[in-house]
Parts: sequence; C-alpha cells; structure tokens
Amino acid sequence: MAAKGYKAAARRTLEHAPEVREAVTRATLHFDRNRERAYGEVEAEAWRDWAAATKRHTLSRLDRYLLEAERNLTAPGTEVHWAEDAKDAQRILQELVERYGVRRVVKGKSMLSEELGVNEHLERLGVEVFETDLGEYIIQLAGEPPSHIVGPAIHKGLEEIRALFHERLGTPPDASPETLAAVARRVLREAFLTADMGISGANFVVAETGTVVLVENEGNIRLTTSTPRVHVVFVGIEKLLPRARDLEVFLQLLARAATGQKIGTFVSLINGPRREGEPDGPEHLHVIFVDNGRTSVLADREMHEALSCIRCGACLNACPVYRQTGGHAYGQVYSGPIGIVLTPGLKDPRLAEDLGYACSLCTACADVCPVRIPLPKQILTWRVRSTKHAPATERLAFEGYAEVMTRPRFYRLSSKLLRLTAPLTGAPWLPVLGAWAAGHGALEPSPKSFREIWEEELDGA
Amino acid sequence: MRVCFFVTCLADQFFAEAAADAVRLLRALGVEVSFPRAQTCCGQPAFNAGHWDEARRMAAHTQDVFAGCEYVVLPSGSCTTMLRAYTPRLFEGDRHRYDAALDLAGRSYELVEFLVRVLNTESVGRGLTGRRLAYHHGCHVSRELGIKEEPVRLLEAAGAKVVPWEADQECCGFGGVFSVKNAPVSLAMADRKLDTLPEVDALTSADGACLLHLAGRAKKRGLAVPVRHVASLLWEAHRGG
Repeated sequence: MAAKGYKAAARRTLEHAPEVREAVTRATLHFDRNRERAYGEVEAEAWRDWAAATKRHTLSRLDRYLLEAERNLTAPGTEVHWAEDAKDAQRILQELVERYGVRRVVKGKSMLSEELGVNEHLERLGVEVFETDLGEYIIQLAGEPPSHIVGPAIHKGLEEIRALFHERLGTPPDASPETLAAVARRVLREAFLTADMGISGANFVVAETGTVVLVENEGNIRLTTSTPRVHVVFVGIEKLLPRARDLEVFLQLLARAATGQKIGTFVSLINGPRREGEPDGPEHLHVIFVDNGRTSVLADREMHEALSCIRCGACLNACPVYRQTGGHAYGQVYSGPIGIVLTPGLKDPRLAEDLGYACSLCTACADVCPVRIPLPKQILTWRVRSTKHAPATERLAFEGYAEVMTRPRFYRLSSKLLRLTAPLTGAPWLPVLGAWAAGHGALEPSPKSFREIWEEELDGA
Repeated sequence: MRVCFFVTCLADQFFAEAAADAVRLLRALGVEVSFPRAQTCCGQPAFNAGHWDEARRMAAHTQDVFAGCEYVVLPSGSCTTMLRAYTPRLFEGDRHRYDAALDLAGRSYELVEFLVRVLNTESVGRGLTGRRLAYHHGCHVSRELGIKEEPVRLLEAAGAKVVPWEADQECCGFGGVFSVKNAPVSLAMADRKLDTLPEVDALTSADGACLLHLAGRAKKRGLAVPVRHVASLLWEAHRGG
C-alpha cells in the first residue's frame, strides 16, 4: 500500500505526474500576478485592514449575528437548519430529498459540500448529481476532488481534459477548448432544466438583511439557484457579514484577491424563495448553517483568525510549496496555507504533524491574504504543538543541538569535527546530512571557519 | 561607530570568507568591529521546527553574548529576522527575557541594511563594473525585514547590472528543516529558481542558507551557477575602486 500523508503524496506527484507541477505553476502565477495588479489599483492595504477588523468583529459576536441572520432569513419564508457535523448535514439533506421527492440535483461550486461529503451521500440515496461549474464538472467526470479552492481543475492541462472528454462524452480527441466548453454546456443545460434541487454554498450571508450572497463567473450558480423548485444552501457559520453595506468592500476584495477581477461576473443576492407573482426562483429555499469543527477553531486562542477566511485562494496562488504539487497532495478538502491551518483544527490536531511541514515558512501567503490571517505564524504554532509527538530522534537531535549551542567550547569543538569529517556525505552521527547530500551533493564547509580566519588574520587588525 | 559582528553559525561554517569580507568592508568604511567569542547560533532552526524550549535556550545565550553591544551586524537576513521578529515571540511569558529580546531586536541589523540605513552608504565602490548579477530576494530579508531595493541599489552603484529574473522573489525552498522533511518539494522549488535563472556572472543574496541550497542543487544537477554572498561582492566592489 502506498504511504499516506502529504510527504509521500508530494513525492509521488513530483516523481510520477510532473505535468501537475507545470499546470499548477502556470495557473497560480497567473492568478497571483492578476491579484497583485488588482490590489495595486485600489487602497488594498486599508481595505484589508478594514476587512480583517470586520471579520474579527463578526466572529467575536457570532452567536448574536447567527440569530439575527436566522430571523431575517426566516421572515420571507426561508427555512433555516443547523448542522453540527457532516452526519447532521447529511441527515438534513436526506430529509429534504425525501420531502421533495428529489431525483436529480445540480450543484454550484461549494468547498463546504466537499467537507460534508454531499455528493457521495446523494449518490448513496440514488440521486443523480451534476457539478455545474466547468472546473468542478471536469473533476467530477474524472472522479477527483477539487485541487484548489477557486480553480478546482487547475492541476489538469488541456491534453488531459481533451482525453477525459473524449472518453466520457465522445468529443473528438483534438477538440478545441471552445468545443469542449460547448459540449459541457449542452449536458449541463439539460441538467438545469430537469433538476429538482439546486445546491450551492454561499460566499457571504448578511445578518442584517438575511441575504445569501453568491459570486461566480460562469452563470451556473444563478441557474442552480433559480431553476429547480428547491434551493439548498450549505454555509459555514463563519461566513456571516453584519451589514449589507459591508458587501461594498468584501465583494471587490474577494474578486481582486481571487482572480484579480474588479468584481465577480455574476453576483447573486438572494432574499427568500420565489414570491407571489415572481417569474422565477425556487419555491423552497433552505439554508443549512454548518459547524463541522468551526466552533473549536473559534475557541482556539491562536487559530481563531483563520475563520475569517473568505475562500479566495490567494494564499494558494502565492504559495511556492503548493505550486510544486497542487492541492491533492495535501489529501484534504482545503490545501495550501489555509488548509494547513484549518484542517487540524476542523478535523484532528494530529494532522498538523505532517501538514505543518507542507510549508517553507516563506510568508508569501501573509502578504496576500485579504483578511490578514496570520498564516505563517499559525502554521508554526501547529509545529510547536506537534513537537510533543515528534519522533524521539528528532527531540534528541534538537536537545543535543541546544546543548552544543549554549556551550561555546562545545561549539568550537563541533566546528573542528565538521572539518575533520568533510566531505559530509552522511557521517553516521548526523543522518540529516545524508538526506541533504542526496539532493545537493555533499555539504562542503569553508576550508577554515570564520572563527579561525578571525583569530589568524582579523583579530586586532 | 562600534559594531559587534554576529557571524551566525551557518556563515561561520559555510561562508567563512564572505563573513570575513563583511568585516573587512565594515572596517574599510570606518566601523570598529569586534567579535564576541562566546557567540554560537541564534536558535532559528529550533524555532522553525517548533522546538521552542531549545530555541529559548539558544536565544537567551545569544542575548547574553550581545548584551553590551551598541550595534549587532549579521551577514544573514534570516538570522537577523530571528533576532528582530521571532525571538520576542519566544519570550512572551517572560518579562525580563522579552524586554531583552526587544532591546536586541532594535540593535541588530543585516549587513546591507546596516550599510544603507545606518551608515547611509550610497555606494561602496565601483569594482563590479560590467558584472551581470542575479539577486535572490530571500524571504526573510525581503518580507520580514523589508529590505528589497537596498542590495540591488548598492550592487548597481558598484557598476553591476542586476538582471531581471522572473522568480527573483520566490522562495528558494530551503526553509531549514523543511529541506530535509520534504526534500523533493524543497528541491523542486530550487529547480524552479535555477530553471528560470538568466545567464549571469554570479547569483547573489543576503542569505547564505538560500545560497547553500541553490548552489548545492545546481552542482548536483551539473549546472554551472557561480554563487557569491553579497558581502563578498560588496567587498570586491570596494576593493576594486
């Protein structure tokens, strides 16, 4: 059986699927450059300060805002549900599927639905599910999870998608991207018109007005939320904004951070199900607020800022580690810097032992996060927490290292030893050097240490 | 002006000549340089690996060694970042050590930063005329210390051409223990740097660790990439005119 965890998966990806690195690097650098330009067009620093403060405030009063949102969602006829975990969410969804006799579902892109295993559960219930975001549709055909929060299929190059569509949909093996999109469109149109239920996430829920806010570029979410007779929204409890006017900055900041756009091509503000005399919209609207570990992140003094995340993916695009393997290597719903920080908190702290090292601590993510989540600091905090389960050899190595470095005489002696054993291809007392040598060649110390040069030449000069 | 030189353990062992060049340059610019002999390591490897008890012991040792210095200058952006930004976090629960950390943070400078921001040096000499260089912006130097233009300005003032490099601000992949824990990813990151590197006379940086990683990788791959620590280039700039 293949070894598990990020470390093994990253190695496998780099060795056996080098095309992933190429596709992901190209896509994320493109996103990141657009983000940089788009930040430069506005007072991004001030916007980020304000957005961060607004999210922190909202989280500090989350109980109050959730109740306010429930009141204002319910008023025009939306039904609000509360799910503590994935099982709970699945149970609520199952009730709705049974209540409305649902056979076919169209879905807008939702990372939360990945967390909850929505598609798998629906399939178990015998319901047919269509992902309608083009990227999501591609990976659904391929039987894969999304590899990026915003661009779920960015790890795939054109050739791979051509082959996939040829095999699954019978398109010509050399079909143009336009042809591929047109074929997907035809399949999905049919699904929109025949589906009984649309499922979406939500980018924001405004407490003051009970508004579900959705941002997209393809129009598939608008169709998902307005064509079928039932619309179900899965939303994390952290996605609240206090006031409608907060959207002015958040909608722009989200788009600029994610793709460098001024604003998403489609922004839907949904206030309740279809009313008397309205030509479209669902007859029934359900909003399911999901915890699934969020309250434990909120209670974590050193991690709570991570709940400010608006899922823009900017930290993934800026991350040079993410760029080498794409998101699948992390083996979790959320990848990249935000995935490293959130996943152990949402699921299991022990996951940090492996995920905490999917990071070189370069801090590029902190520079781009629109809501100023202190990601590198939090990743390091997970490492600190993980040391209590570190292998004995590692703990011993660091203890020995501290012993040497707090005794100048030991340090000088080690410095001499280093020169005696050179070249260092892996002296048995330092196995770490062997690992280094495998990728770099032997470590070559300077012929004389600085200390020796100082003593012979510089001291008193 | 009096300066204590903190060579850092990595430069002591692997960039000894460059560190000596830093001392020579400082002295040539009229700075009095001393070398506190009890110095060892700032503790950053332990800090980044989450072994904070060990990091604290090394950081405390470093505080004691440099307690009486007016300025501490380091030929390493990364170790300067440890003193400036990270050590205070280690001592959040210890008022005495925390104050000492802030005190040392305010007196510690990376070499180029010291030249430009304290000595107000605009040029160290013209000895790099005609040289084509690639400058790697180490993550700590550029993002944590905010030193981006200063090294480039000094190198160009010396007559060198710092050539555009699409990946000049990207992480080299070293990351301390990261380079051993996730070696394949770390190496892929180095490869991205090397594969985009333009034709130059030398690749330089204010961080030895990044250079050690990149030079080792280049050598392993059989690439001829001459690597020079920025301290050596600046000393050469001074000596050559």
